[in-house]
Amino acid sequence: MNAPLLQVNDLKKHFPVRGPLFSRKANWVYAVDGVSFDIARGETLSLVGESGCGKSTVGRAILRLFDITSGQVALDGQRIDDLSPERLRRMRRRVQVVFQDPFSSLNPRLRVRDILAEPIRNFGLATSASELDTKVAALMDTVHLSRDALDRRPHEFSGGQRQRICIARALAAEPDLIVCDEAVSALDVSVKAQIVNLLQDLQAEFGLALLFISHDLAIVEHMTHRVAVMYLGKIVEMAPRQRIFAAPAHPYTKALLSAVPVPDPSARRVPMILKGDVPSPINPPSGCRFHTRCPFVFDRCRAEEPELRQRAEGQWAACHLEDIPETA
Amino acid sequence: MALLEVENLQTHFRTPEGINRAVDGISFHVDEGETLAIVGESGCGKSVTSMSLMRLIPEPPGKIAGAIRLRGKDLLRLSEQEMRAIRGNDISMIFQEPMTSLNPVLTVGRQIGETLRLHQGLDKEKAEARAIEMLSLVGIPEPARRVREYPHQLSGGMRQRVMIAISLSCNPKLLIADEPTTALDVTIQAQILQLMLDLKRRVGAAVILITHDLGVVAEVAERVMVMYAGRKVEEAPVAELFASPRHPYTKGLLGAVPKLGSSLTGAARRLAEIPGQVPSLKGRIEGCAFAGRCALATDLCRQVAPGLEEKSSRHFAACHFASKEAA
Repeated sequence: MNAPLLQVNDLKKHFPVRGPLFSRKANWVYAVDGVSFDIARGETLSLVGESGCGKSTVGRAILRLFDITSGQVALDGQRIDDLSPERLRRMRRRVQVVFQDPFSSLNPRLRVRDILAEPIRNFGLATSASELDTKVAALMDTVHLSRDALDRRPHEFSGGQRQRICIARALAAEPDLIVCDEAVSALDVSVKAQIVNLLQDLQAEFGLALLFISHDLAIVEHMTHRVAVMYLGKIVEMAPRQRIFAAPAHPYTKALLSAVPVPDPSARRVPMILKGDVPSPINPPSGCRFHTRCPFVFDRCRAEEPELRQRAEGQWAACHLEDIPETA
Repeated sequence: MALLEVENLQTHFRTPEGINRAVDGISFHVDEGETLAIVGESGCGKSVTSMSLMRLIPEPPGKIAGAIRLRGKDLLRLSEQEMRAIRGNDISMIFQEPMTSLNPVLTVGRQIGETLRLHQGLDKEKAEARAIEMLSLVGIPEPARRVREYPHQLSGGMRQRVMIAISLSCNPKLLIADEPTTALDVTIQAQILQLMLDLKRRVGAAVILITHDLGVVAEVAERVMVMYAGRKVEEAPVAELFASPRHPYTKGLLGAVPKLGSSLTGAARRLAEIPGQVPSLKGRIEGCAFAGRCALATDLCRQVAPGLEEKSSRHFAACHFASKEAA
């Protein structure tokens, strides 16, 4: 039986924030508050949600850019959230990352050649200098950049080209999983399409698993296998792509989908417009965290937190309602 | 007569590397009460166009030429003082970043009131009363309390509502919204777009919406102008543009955007790419600015810049090969 590549179980990450001036009491931001999912080899799971829902924190927790508060993260069945620094280093080869901003995530003083060689050297993936050169050159081919560009520095490239360098750097470590944290959000439309296509090609070629963190639902739909929707530190719905876009089971998912402007003026739809803003994760609402904005709220929602329940094959939603009513 | 007529607008910047032709000779008009969207990618000159309309381009290093006529009056011939009477009054503007475009050390009430006191001569109390009215108009709960708050106490969506309140407080004839929802989350974006449309109808203002998001264009605009490398490449009523784009760049843009729901209809396929990248605006571009990335480009395109031609009724495109519709 194929075990999932990555398993995340009841992951929590709370950040301390300073309380009111002169008070000793610290507050906590419940950035991620009990999130579980898994990713199979070669699969793309997208984490979607609005600012502050904790999707990036989940990505960073998996990369272990900080220690988690509680829960488990396992890669190939082996826990990675409590590894010693030495073993953590080896784990890092297998999970790489591409960030949103290709300007601040490349060292401006290094040549592209050195940026790409660094992971190969660090993880001992090349036995000789000539093998290193071959690998670096091959990476440039993979991301469709010219080999002549190897001796240039990041500032000589456009945003899209830099994002290609970031992807090449992630690939250099020969990972199993790449966390793409809003990796195409900062790019222009025409360049975005280039990078999305590249990521899809690479996934097919190398059997990579992707954790695709994004707020752009149209892009997510285009390239994902499964989607997990987050709201205030929790997953409210998780389902295969076709299911979630055809029949969302959580009111928040439905509102999120209906709020996306469609590039087709003939598509007249009635968007389900949510009232108000996302509440603060410092003091999340009682019961269902979405109850303050949900058009279908009833008493039970305020008191009792809904569990994720299976609604259809592979579709899970955390809502007390069986079905979403047609109108509020 | 059109509310705003822009004729051969050129905004150039002097830089150490040469002259940057950010806006390179564009003409367009906006009718009373109309919503015109200006679409394009980073660096196409859409924001510089809007700043030029308000004469917010620092001169030097910038230089604006051409004519910008608001109800027949050429704004480029006005003195700075006359221009100040127009900004925020006849033409107002909403910027992308609501955090940086509000003053952090003044209450939102003061900031809404400033416009009113300056242009309409209201006194302090009347201005505050009107500010509260404006806040409730833009859907901010508890306006009487919020009016005394500072920008940092408000969320991103609320700040953008305050910006809208400021820009509409003097009942402008023209509202320029430069990427008004780009920094916002989708559910908040939906709120703000609906609010803008609603208020525009009530106030009767014309809107120039600057955006890179074709989804927002489709939902909000009546007419669309597509810019590329400082030039206008296509202009058409919104339904016409999305149904039958004529310029290869517009076609490329539309093909590069995935549509929500595409996985359900089986239409999910590889996204169309526009190869290459936007040309540098430093130095004059000979011929068509898009020639370097266009699959149809010939020697003609590389040598002669195509003029805007009416390809079908009210549909203009600047391309040698965009076929004309048989009349």
